[in-house]
Amino acid sequence: MIEIRRNTARALADDQLQRNLAHALGHTLQARDRAVGEVEDWEQLRRYARQVKAHTLARLDRYLGQLEGRVKEQGGEVIWARDAQEACRFIVELAGRKGVREVVKSKTMAGEEIHLNQALEQAGIVPVESDLGEYLVQLEGVPPSHIIAPALHLSRGDAARLMHEKVGMELTEDVQRITAEARRQLRRRFLEAGMGISGVNFAVAESGTLVVVENEGNARLSVSAPPIHVAVMGLEKVVPRVEDLAVLLKVLIRSATGQSVSSYINFLNGPRREGEIDGPDEFYLVLIDNGRSRILADEHLRETLYCLRCGACQNVCPVYQRIGGHAYESTYQGPIGAILTPQLLSLQEAPEHPFASSLCGACQEVCPVGIEIPRILLELRGRAKKRSNAGSKLEAFAWRLWSLLMTHPRLYSATSAFLRHPLRVLLHLGLTPPPLNRWTVSRHLPAVPAAPFRSRFPAD
Amino acid sequence: MKVSLFVTCLVDQLFPEVGLSAVRVLERAGCQVHFDRRQSCCGQPAFNSGYPRQARRVAEHFLDVFGQAPCIVTPSGSCAAMIKHHLPGLFAPHSDERRRAQSIASKTWEFSQFLVDKLGVSHLDTEFPHPVTYHDSCHLLRELGVSEAPRRLIRSLKGIDFREMKDSQRCCGFGGTFSVKFQDVSAAVGLDKIEAIRETGAAYVVACDISCLMHLQGLLRRRKVNVRILHLAQLLDDRRRTP
Repeated sequence: MIEIRRNTARALADDQLQRNLAHALGHTLQARDRAVGEVEDWEQLRRYARQVKAHTLARLDRYLGQLEGRVKEQGGEVIWARDAQEACRFIVELAGRKGVREVVKSKTMAGEEIHLNQALEQAGIVPVESDLGEYLVQLEGVPPSHIIAPALHLSRGDAARLMHEKVGMELTEDVQRITAEARRQLRRRFLEAGMGISGVNFAVAESGTLVVVENEGNARLSVSAPPIHVAVMGLEKVVPRVEDLAVLLKVLIRSATGQSVSSYINFLNGPRREGEIDGPDEFYLVLIDNGRSRILADEHLRETLYCLRCGACQNVCPVYQRIGGHAYESTYQGPIGAILTPQLLSLQEAPEHPFASSLCGACQEVCPVGIEIPRILLELRGRAKKRSNAGSKLEAFAWRLWSLLMTHPRLYSATSAFLRHPLRVLLHLGLTPPPLNRWTVSRHLPAVPAAPFRSRFPAD
Repeated sequence: MKVSLFVTCLVDQLFPEVGLSAVRVLERAGCQVHFDRRQSCCGQPAFNSGYPRQARRVAEHFLDVFGQAPCIVTPSGSCAAMIKHHLPGLFAPHSDERRRAQSIASKTWEFSQFLVDKLGVSHLDTEFPHPVTYHDSCHLLRELGVSEAPRRLIRSLKGIDFREMKDSQRCCGFGGTFSVKFQDVSAAVGLDKIEAIRETGAAYVVACDISCLMHLQGLLRRRKVNVRILHLAQLLDDRRRTP
């Protein structure tokens, strides 16, 4: 069971982390606002993007079938994985069959979700992350702390220390030199790796095209240099038509990094064909369910699957801004992680995720497909309570008592009158009964007035 | 104009001055204010904490109290958003309660919105010669889309020195039961807000939700920061008692 509340104090006390978060998120938010401000019909584009996702998910079987057909026509193979285990087993066995010892990977959240690196390592296969941020967190031995910027929790100095300690590079905070060294380390691996693994931003059903958005060129190398390319994607990444990309790419990229367009957008259509210079000899597309069809079947939660994984909700979330990604102890963090994690795992496994929010609504406002994150948080909170354990029985009892008071005006007034004076005395003595004592850890309580509004109206 | 005041449970029990100020401002604007003593809460605390059944019970009571009211005004963006956007959804589609909740939702106004959009009040000649900053409370801003009305009223005061704070639209960190469930995170987010308030040099922070202000006041006092909280109703009230 994940207990976020046990991790918050450490994150808040980590001054370096606080500085890194404020610095990185501040920049990204500004860039995003500028990029979105440039687009006149932003709200219309958001609505369109949302409609594309709604339309596709309502006919997911059809579009996935179409996608499978097109990919196969182009000489690729399609693998349907019910869960993380099936997906990992296929990839590990494929690597084993082909004698692959080393795999070069570009960023994939689906890969993180199914813990692909661990599965490969257990089979004695070395996964090498080629995205700079992913490369750094792999060196550090921790999972990514942000959907788009995996090493967001690290400062330049942290990165320098990692490169020094793990790769033997001389200690320097010169970003150019760190990047150059990472590139030098990675170039070799691209050429030597027996397999490249990538994620997928969009998979176009009508053309069988996989779209991979990136800024470093590492994804392009990962999918074209090694002889085998394996793409992993969640079922929900399919879109009907090529022309839908015009809108989806626009809202994704501007929301994610604040760029008007990313440095690279790769369009991949199966393995290398005769006469082509680049591209893999073999191509596999792994379609991962891992709980998605269950989410799809639930009308109250379904739109969680609209997510484009842009990370904007993380950037704008006051909670994420203060505790960072690792405090969530889950692959997906911040607002989208707060709703997705309990659905992918279970509410028993992630009972605190839906509560790690002030319900401020900034996430929904910034979301390029307008996912109603606050509403879904509330839905999940309600369901979490239905499965509550003995520990929260008291809380449930308190709420029943509360609703009794609130629906019986005389009882409400009498209780208020009865408790008011003793509470004033207690607080005057500096004693705060629970649960008020959780409030007073860092805040003063307001003074309790001698009489409520109701006994002072009409005004004097 | 006859209005029924939903004063909110928090104002009733802990901040009666806010309610009294709201009444005086509404009366000065020409309203006849009615207060139904059977009222308690809109149900939001339970609704936001994962107890929709308890919220529904309280909401039913709310329907009974306010069903006949011609127009409901409440000095809270959060409670107004609860009534306008979430109350109907607590009841089964096509049920009698759903219809009553929808009718109530359509005649409920948040205090600043009511003054500016419904009554057309654009300025008040209350005097307030002090530096003031304004915090956009989340539900007022994002669920009701109100950000201009309170600012217009604040700017209209005589002698006012209005100063926008950085990131005024960022959450204060209160979040209802979030403030005790994740008390450390709640306070940390609140301290960011305190910093933004301090940077303006304002002597008062104004908002349309006393819940946010209660949280900020708690932090301000604990940190011994010399900035005072004022609900918009208190700011507009020329007979306010200095808090």
